Amino acid sequence: MSTHRSPGFFNRQILLQATGESFKKLNPVLLVKNPVIFIVAIGALITSVVVFSDLLRGEFSSFNIQIATWLWFTVLFANFSEAMAESRGKAQADSLRKSRTQTRARKMEGKQEVQVYATDLRKGDIVICETGDIIPSDGEVMEGIASVDESAITGESAPVIRESGGDRSAVTGGTRVISDRILIRITAEQGDTFIDHMISLVEGARRKKTPNEIALSILLSGLSVIFLLAVVTLPAFFGYNLSASGMPGSQNLSVPVLIALLVCLIPTTIGGLLSAIGISGIDRLLQRNVIATSGRAIEAAGDIDVLLLDKTGTITLGNRMATNFIPAEGVKVEELADAAQLSSLSDETPEGRSIVVLAKEKFNIRGRDIKTLHATFIPFTAQTRMSGVDLVSESGRVRRIRKGSSESVRTFVQNNNGFFPQKIQNIVAELSGQGATPLVVAEDNRVLGVIHLKDVVKGGIRQRFAELRKMGIRTVMITGDNSLTAAAIAAEAGVDDFMAEARPEDKLKRIWQEQSKGHLVGMIGDGTNDAPALAQADIGIAMNSGTQAAREAGNMIDLDSNPTKLIEVVEVGKQLLMTRGSLTTFSIANDVAKYFAIIPAIAVSLYSGRAVAGPLSSLNIMNLGSPESAILSAVIFNAIIIILLVPLALKGVRYRPVSSNNALIRNLLFFGLGGLVAPFAGIKLIDLLINL
Amino acid sequence: MTLPEIIQVVLFLGLLTGLTPILGNYLYLALDGRNHILKPVLGSTERLMYRIIKVNPDDEMNWRGYASALLLFNLAGLIFVFTIQVFQGSLPLNPAGLPDVSWHSALNTAVSFVTNTNWQGYAGETTLSYFVQMVGLTVQNFVSAATGIAVLLAVIRSISRNNTDKIGNFWADIVRSVIYVLLPLSIFLAIALAGQGVIQNFKSYEAVHTLEGGQQILPMGPVASQVAIKQIGTNGGGYFNSNSSHPFENPTPFSNFLEMLFILLIPAALTITYGKMTGSVRQGWALFSVMMIMLISGLLIALYGEYSGNPLYGNMRLMEGKETRFGIVNSVLWAVSTTAASNGSVNSLHDCLSPLAGMVAMLNIMLGEVVFGGVGAGLYGMIVFIILTVFIAGLMVGRTPEFSGKKIEAFEVQMAIIAILAPAAVILVFSALASVSIEGLSGINNAGPHGLSEILYAFSSAAGNNGSAFAGLNSNTTFYNLTLAAGMLIGRFGVIIPVLAIAGNLAGKKYTPPSTGTFHTDNWLFIILLIAVILIVGGLTFFPALSLGPVLDHLLLQGGITF
Repeated sequence: MSTHRSPGFFNRQILLQATGESFKKLNPVLLVKNPVIFIVAIGALITSVVVFSDLLRGEFSSFNIQIATWLWFTVLFANFSEAMAESRGKAQADSLRKSRTQTRARKMEGKQEVQVYATDLRKGDIVICETGDIIPSDGEVMEGIASVDESAITGESAPVIRESGGDRSAVTGGTRVISDRILIRITAEQGDTFIDHMISLVEGARRKKTPNEIALSILLSGLSVIFLLAVVTLPAFFGYNLSASGMPGSQNLSVPVLIALLVCLIPTTIGGLLSAIGISGIDRLLQRNVIATSGRAIEAAGDIDVLLLDKTGTITLGNRMATNFIPAEGVKVEELADAAQLSSLSDETPEGRSIVVLAKEKFNIRGRDIKTLHATFIPFTAQTRMSGVDLVSESGRVRRIRKGSSESVRTFVQNNNGFFPQKIQNIVAELSGQGATPLVVAEDNRVLGVIHLKDVVKGGIRQRFAELRKMGIRTVMITGDNSLTAAAIAAEAGVDDFMAEARPEDKLKRIWQEQSKGHLVGMIGDGTNDAPALAQADIGIAMNSGTQAAREAGNMIDLDSNPTKLIEVVEVGKQLLMTRGSLTTFSIANDVAKYFAIIPAIAVSLYSGRAVAGPLSSLNIMNLGSPESAILSAVIFNAIIIILLVPLALKGVRYRPVSSNNALIRNLLFFGLGGLVAPFAGIKLIDLLINL
Repeated sequence: MTLPEIIQVVLFLGLLTGLTPILGNYLYLALDGRNHILKPVLGSTERLMYRIIKVNPDDEMNWRGYASALLLFNLAGLIFVFTIQVFQGSLPLNPAGLPDVSWHSALNTAVSFVTNTNWQGYAGETTLSYFVQMVGLTVQNFVSAATGIAVLLAVIRSISRNNTDKIGNFWADIVRSVIYVLLPLSIFLAIALAGQGVIQNFKSYEAVHTLEGGQQILPMGPVASQVAIKQIGTNGGGYFNSNSSHPFENPTPFSNFLEMLFILLIPAALTITYGKMTGSVRQGWALFSVMMIMLISGLLIALYGEYSGNPLYGNMRLMEGKETRFGIVNSVLWAVSTTAASNGSVNSLHDCLSPLAGMVAMLNIMLGEVVFGGVGAGLYGMIVFIILTVFIAGLMVGRTPEFSGKKIEAFEVQMAIIAILAPAAVILVFSALASVSIEGLSGINNAGPHGLSEILYAFSSAAGNNGSAFAGLNSNTTFYNLTLAAGMLIGRFGVIIPVLAIAGNLAGKKYTPPSTGTFHTDNWLFIILLIAVILIVGGLTFFPALSLGPVLDHLLLQGGITF
């Protein structure tokens, strides 16, 4: 699997581009979408007006200028974080777009072939693609079979087969035919093709706020209103104390100071980073070669608590493999292995090949030249349910070696006047009971033993499921096998539940059942018959190799067509939500320190006539240099923390598969407690630097 | 503190904790319409009530219907109480011949009792007739408390139900709350208090000869019954102006202890009722723990404030304004309890508490009256904070936020924010208005930051529907009567309506079963988290105001500066 490497953080071109974008994003129409940052921008504007009107009157306040400057920086930093997140997908989008506009299509009009631009194709048009042609738009193969290079969208260089009918009929615009000729019916209007979706997604242009993001924005706006009230009413209380201490009302708090306080209190950190977090979630999925059709889907992925997994390809390696030779009484195991290997030499099924491999690995029995053996191979048929080989030795004697199901081999042996030992019968029963497939090997009238064929569970999958369980996610294995076989594999793989002898419609039913109990279900599928289930599931991941129907039904597409991907998708979803929550907590916890910086600073003069410094300066526990430097330090910290957290927002907080309690404790200590302490240190440090 | 005082505090908290599950279980049976000990006795009364008001208790309402019924019911009460005050001179049971009440004072009082605030801008014995006190105020003491319970019941149902828009029948909730809970408990307490010497009569005011040979008029009245419900229903409106520091309201240490206990009893027990009705008693205890921890912390800070004393007086304990008969501990314990519980009855003058103890009292109110809080109101206020906590912290476990299996989404967050914003806005905006306007400043008796504290306290008390006063503020003026009345209405219904909307929305949601990946809300971690969120949200909102009021007051006092 190859992945799209995301450009590094310190890529110069991206930094430059993002910087330019942050200024473009000062456009009020764009700014108003982010209420918290919009408030900062208004504050910055008002402060600037104050500064300019002061200048016009010939007054100069370096403090006000610095406040105004840092407020503008706060806005720019927030814009920058969003621009950075967007730019990471942009380079990719550009190359995709280029490939599309230059493509020409060979459209069929009746029997005539006409050259048109790919952008002029409509839904329902029919085009021809031959070796070397770029497929002009999304469509379905009507006729023919071709190998297609899809590296443009998947990054995977190995070609894939696309053919009419069946589950591999969908082709994607922008990919290249590298052999043969296919007739394609276009299935997407321009602007609605897969590549169009991908471009808009990676650019974040058509990105809508997700439900959780909307809710969080409401919370942040609400908190901002509360702080607005706290700040707006402050001059009244301050004025009251001014008059109580016999000071002139003109010494009341200035507008820039109030704005500075407000900006420090409203959750600018999370407000500034919120959309960057969302975009980077899509980006992180893209790095894993998964395309989500909406941000909502990624969010839902974090909530998935039931995963429906197909057995084959996800839990087990595709096919059954020989894992052991069990000889009959009086037969050497080498003899059995030798016979088994002979009978499988030209058996091209994966099972057959695995027998040859096992014989070589275990007993070093090498492949033999078929010709010198004078062998005739007997292929497997549904009637005989056996395959094997007839060997003619130099003496002219014919050795007939067979392998197959126990019933057919029993008949074979008995027809040769042999007998089928009870012990073999027992072994067969035992292996079947374990969910394995026993193949009995016989030569003429003698039963040699049993080959143990079993589904091989993928390495590491058991541990993966254990991790999922810790995260509270239940796994359900879906298989067409009988329940005995299914149970055995389920136990070995460590899934929580399984569905045996499942038909496609059973999948859909199971999803309904789980959902009616309140669970959120994720599944991965490829075939057209998976489409209803993909559509019903809360997260339906369609494999890119699958049919168009499946791809439309799902809400994510896995470009690698790797079923294990579902687990990674869930992790990305959880990581996204964690990042959002952690930075919100951090942002709110920050406020405590800012109060301790600003309140004593603004109130230092109160009642100072009677005591040496105003009594409220005892709240100045950070011992900041001067009132001005204290306020300025808080504002600067508030701005800089956004930039410092951009990498975290883009990468996401570190994710570990642990229980919710452990995850919570870890994140709380780091972001909650850290958010409480960090600004004390940060503000103090900045204050020291300012007062150098 | 002396050993007996420590023992008393421990006994108080222990008894409260011990009675919580017992009463909580009874409330669960009685309020959920199940069989219980009083059903055979009072069941016929309940059914009779339904027949009179023509209500089928099983005919449930959606949240809009429920809210409309509630608003209509409270509006009717408000108009009634207002009317009988402005015409009390022409109404019966007025042996002292008290005149009609001014319209703004009457409005303030009507709002005050309907909203379970019991802010008293007037002095009971010299303003209101027996008729008004009994038919107007005492009735509202019952039904305003019942209204709080009703809202809580609607919220609890919305959590325990799925996929429905019905959250209960408002009238049935009111009837059950009054008949099975408030009436029996207050009869019990009234008799107990009368046994201690609280008066209960309809005599005209008596003139007695004092030891000095002077003459004094002693107001009489049906006191015990009103005191009982004022404590049980977290109303707090005293029969007499000096509230529970009046010997006829609170004659003995035992009556003092009993009254304090009953202030917190129902709010505490409702946590267990909540647990039982939602099927998780553990969750109930978690909420109880949050409240108890905050109560004890507040108590400790307040006691520290009182016992660290005043440097101007050689750091001795100051008895001025305290309940001199029962001592400082009982004054502080009462002050902390009554402000925690949105009760508002007092046995000492909060104005005379040390600045720190005064701030604890004020903060208890400002934090949203969720430390036990008003009957029902405390817990539904707590639900609002839970929604906020779950939303902020729940994300950190990597799932979209949920509480008790219900997803918390944009609508819930929006309503929770309104419910937190409404009282906060009242406190900040009205206090700011009062501290810059001539009308506002004219009511202040103390100079310096202490005056600001008085204003802040008054509006906090109104917005939190507490009703206690810092005293020291002359609030029976048109300005204060009207602004405080507005504050009480916003503080009450600005929370109830969003909370009911949340309930309506939650009831319609499906239930997501918990797993190890779910954010758990019934363990110690959540308890700490919830406390932190309450403190941080409340603290951040009021930090500037508090620092310019009580904090400054405290610092100036420590510096030996007075006004």
